Amino acid sequence: MDITFDQVSYVYQPGSPFEHRALQDISFSIQSGSFVAIIGHTGSGKSTLLQHLNGLVQPTEGRVNIGPYALVSGEKNKHLRELREKVGVVFQYPEHQLFEETVAKDIAFGPENFGVEQKEIEDRIQQAAKATKLSEDLLERSPFDLSGGQMRRVAISGVLAMNPEVLVLDEPTAGLDPSGQREIMDMFHELHKSKELTTILVTHSMEDALKYADHIVILNHGEVYREGTPLEIFKQREALENVQLDVPEVIDFLAKVEEKMNIRLPYEGQSIAELAKELARMVRGGRDHE
Amino acid sequence: MLSYFLGNSELSRGGTRMEKSQIEFRNVSFRYHDDAPWVLKNVSFTIDADEWVAIIGHNGSGKSTIAKLMNGLLFPQEGEIYVSGQKVNPDTIWEIREQVGMVFQNPDNQFVGTTVRDDVAFGMENHGMSRELMVERISESLEAVGMEAYERQEPHRLSGGQKQRVAIASVLAVSPKYIILDEATAMLDPKGRKEIMQTIRDVQSKRNLALITITHDLQEVTQADRVIVMNQGKVWMQGSPREIFSRKEQLIEIGLDTPFVSKLADELLNAGLSLSREPLNHQELLEELWTLHSTK
Repeated sequence: MDITFDQVSYVYQPGSPFEHRALQDISFSIQSGSFVAIIGHTGSGKSTLLQHLNGLVQPTEGRVNIGPYALVSGEKNKHLRELREKVGVVFQYPEHQLFEETVAKDIAFGPENFGVEQKEIEDRIQQAAKATKLSEDLLERSPFDLSGGQMRRVAISGVLAMNPEVLVLDEPTAGLDPSGQREIMDMFHELHKSKELTTILVTHSMEDALKYADHIVILNHGEVYREGTPLEIFKQREALENVQLDVPEVIDFLAKVEEKMNIRLPYEGQSIAELAKELARMVRGGRDHE
Repeated sequence: MLSYFLGNSELSRGGTRMEKSQIEFRNVSFRYHDDAPWVLKNVSFTIDADEWVAIIGHNGSGKSTIAKLMNGLLFPQEGEIYVSGQKVNPDTIWEIREQVGMVFQNPDNQFVGTTVRDDVAFGMENHGMSRELMVERISESLEAVGMEAYERQEPHRLSGGQKQRVAIASVLAVSPKYIILDEATAMLDPKGRKEIMQTIRDVQSKRNLALITITHDLQEVTQADRVIVMNQGKVWMQGSPREIFSRKEQLIEIGLDTPFVSKLADELLNAGLSLSREPLNHQELLEELWTLHSTK
């Protein structure tokens, strides 16, 4: 589903002493089927923006289009239920929201609420568990007996069981160990491709934004600060530093190599092994190279 | 590694334990209830008063349990834990907690005050400090974490990163000997994380603190003096970050990873360059490359 933000502003507690403008005149588009990373320092408006995507909040000003659905300032939304069926949100630490007696029941909760047939639900539980690599013997266990990493997979399975077309991920790897982080992100990336999802990832990890996203939106003080492809965005080191963001480590390192050794090796998505080969060749070239 | 254990048993025999500022785990085993699997099995290590020790391990390896045992939130079924020579048990926990400050992963669960200032004061009130000292410490510690402008704010109105900085300030205010950060920076943005680590390092060097960071952040780990690697409830390895990160394949097998610089160094070796040692950060790898480049 195509998603468009059109001059969206959002104000918390308007007219009170606590009035706070979290989003300010935001306009951008997300193409159906793309993988978009939203980055920005703490308090830049990422979470508020994310809450618009399945109608948890409504714009104070402006308009959000999500496929055929529209959230318009001041208008009552009649299709919230349908919207929420199509847009799956994996919140931060989603395992805190588990509550059912068994893993299977927890995964089934969403589809049951939306009136999906029992037989279909059974299928979806199986599929979701398979996608998140939850072994079948866990399905009848209590989710609270599982490890943190497994609990997170259960919570994600519950979102996947809704068969969403849009997947919104709010720092889905926070708190996981390095291999858990890699597994979860690789899993989302596979799902994104195989199910042709539109995926929106809110992340503090520039590495993940570089590795997985086709498009990056940077927020700062509730405004869109920059947007573009990862390679375009991460060329702008100074612009990033101005809003307290880093460039991914690989790009940072190559910049230092250029500065110190006058060896220019632009990053174009090479693997570490490929970079090492190029770098080794250039270093061996020694003085001739300069 | 071995010398650590030997060193300690000699100490305890010599009876000098009381003066020694350190945290010691001696053959500690722990499980949550009688029929549950062991979370920690026969864990022994020592952390000295001025050290920065990073504890790493896969999810469920027992890292956070170690933190909770250190200040008596949990007690082991087997083995003993000593903090500055004092055995951790229900009678000593209040004294122990004056020495062992703890910052958890989720700051929302750590707030009690209605303003930032009250919150920082809370820990000190519990330790019976004078008002003058409290006022001084509040500004000092909020300044140390860059939150002095928020003294009168309500904690729940702060962003996650700001809350965590206040939580750290609250711990600093009590002036403990040991600070445990249990994934305390996990929810911060990259710059926020760096600032906090810098802050903590400053405080550590100024006040002669032991710092115990439980973390998945490999960058953080490279800065520690020493690393304890946990795997399935056991101490898998202890050593300097350099020693630890030279075991790439084994680390990946136990659910961990190595930093970017280690990986690149590894691939440079594969590509035929010879490096004189395992680089830990950009600077070290750049120097290696520079030497190779300029001697050609």
